[in-house]
Amino acid sequence: MQFGVFTVGDVTVDPTTGREPTEHERIKAMVTIALKAEEVGLDVFATGEHHNPPFVPSSPTTMLGYIAARTKRLLLSTSTTLITTNDPVKIAEDYAMLQHLADGRVDLMMGRGNTGPVYPWFGQDIRNGIPLAIENYDLLRRLWREDVVDWKGRFRTPLQSFTSTPRPLDGVPPFVWHGSIRSPEIAEQAAYYGDGFFANHIFWPKEHTQRMVGLYRQRFEHYGHGSADQAIVGLGGQVFMRKNSQDAVREFRPYFDNAPVYGHGPSLEEFTRETPLTVGSPQQVIDRTLTFREYVGDYQRQLFLMDHAGLPLKTVLEQLDLLGEEVVPVLRKEFDALRPAHVPEAPTHASLVAAAGGAKDGTVHAVDDVTGKAPEAAR
Amino acid sequence: MSRRTLAVVSAGLSQPSSTRLLADQLAAATGDELAGRGEQVDVHHIDLREHAHDVVNHLLTGFPSESLRAILDTVTGADGLIAVTPIFNASYNGLFKSFFDLIEAEALVDRPVLIAATGGTARHSLALEHALRPLFAYLHAVVVPTAVFAAPEDWSGGAAEGALRARIERSAAELAEQVHRRPPSTGPADPFALTTNFEDLLGRRDT
Repeated sequence: MQFGVFTVGDVTVDPTTGREPTEHERIKAMVTIALKAEEVGLDVFATGEHHNPPFVPSSPTTMLGYIAARTKRLLLSTSTTLITTNDPVKIAEDYAMLQHLADGRVDLMMGRGNTGPVYPWFGQDIRNGIPLAIENYDLLRRLWREDVVDWKGRFRTPLQSFTSTPRPLDGVPPFVWHGSIRSPEIAEQAAYYGDGFFANHIFWPKEHTQRMVGLYRQRFEHYGHGSADQAIVGLGGQVFMRKNSQDAVREFRPYFDNAPVYGHGPSLEEFTRETPLTVGSPQQVIDRTLTFREYVGDYQRQLFLMDHAGLPLKTVLEQLDLLGEEVVPVLRKEFDALRPAHVPEAPTHASLVAAAGGAKDGTVHAVDDVTGKAPEAAR
Repeated sequence: MSRRTLAVVSAGLSQPSSTRLLADQLAAATGDELAGRGEQVDVHHIDLREHAHDVVNHLLTGFPSESLRAILDTVTGADGLIAVTPIFNASYNGLFKSFFDLIEAEALVDRPVLIAATGGTARHSLALEHALRPLFAYLHAVVVPTAVFAAPEDWSGGAAEGALRARIERSAAELAEQVHRRPPSTGPADPFALTTNFEDLLGRRDT
């Protein structure tokens, strides 16, 4: 099972000090968090993508490329890549490039984005959210799998004899997850292609996750990718820990009370009861996290939101120490012991290459301008 | 004979509340009318005051608490709805509007609704027609023609008498008739139900 962190990349005032980090500080903090994730033994770092303040990560592959150069083992992912407002051609190119630079330590999570004004900034309309997600992703898949693509659709200019470069590393596109909180069409999309499904599982009641994952598993089997319990599921989660659970509650409460999304609404106690948020000791986090599989089944990836609501970097790094030292080793052992043998691990580049029968160089050589022949023929 | 449910939503803030009193009388009269048409009736009273914090929390977080989820399901799954609010500053009160803002746009389509209100003066009575009726028209509910407004003078003697009693009975008969004409409710819609085929979404079929 894979464990990791995912970040929204928000610039938020620390409510206990009134201090707001600069964009520069926040960007550097995200990198520090990613490096720390590898250091404490986590498997995955995923960054959000946003194009409006108070968020900084507008250019995920720039950040992930930098992190790739400074890590050895960490899997780099997104949470999420906007499949609605990004040109699928640019996604195909950017993430294939990242795949080469990171030697395959890359996967992506597709999401629609829920901020209406963002769509028109990229020439789109939020009312087309689902159709955009479906058409763009279908094209993206083809761009990674077919060397030469002729394509015509509703939302972008047609393509004729287009080759997206670089070709995916070893001839194997990155694994894709689809993230959605409550759109059954997206669970269906993930099931149709046999891709992974990621339930955000933060800020929302577990019933949403349970229903969406249940639908995805059922449709995964319907489309013949395996049995329902072999579908590839990822979950989010949000935790704040101290050795003593009362200290965790006391320290986190001002951040909770003023947080974006849920601040000034329900109490910390109500929200921890109604959503997967856990504030307490490492043991409480372990116990709560182990309950997730009771309502989604055996799953492959658990990402935690750790750097939210204006928590200072120093605190986040302490949290990552607790996560890496006390929580994840236990969870890894417990989840592995509970998972039946026929339930697969999340695909990685290595497993996808093996499944494809080995690495194949996908390089497409240009046609010679003078002779009109491919270079091998012209030689 | 079938079993019918009536959801009775009152947004009165004081206790005891004249809004709840009016709601009780409308519910009882509608129950009698339905019984007269051979229907069995379950009446669910919902005092929004008891759920005020949950309503605000839902507006802020985007999801209802477990108890508010049950209330919303009761309202959207009922055969008929009686919605009663005090009139504040010429319209429904904020709690009433906040609650109905949580109802999905399709959840009350073709649902028989009786609207009613209380106010400190009879001069507020048209708020029913310029505020409540358009709200439920937007939701594509079927609002019965008689809306019931109770002013202080209607309660002299402690209960609805005379003209108010006549309006209650007329509106109750209209609501009961609308409920009676329809097949029993199949309950609240499932927001997670898959209603489309992926090949259709891809635009690959029939092309």
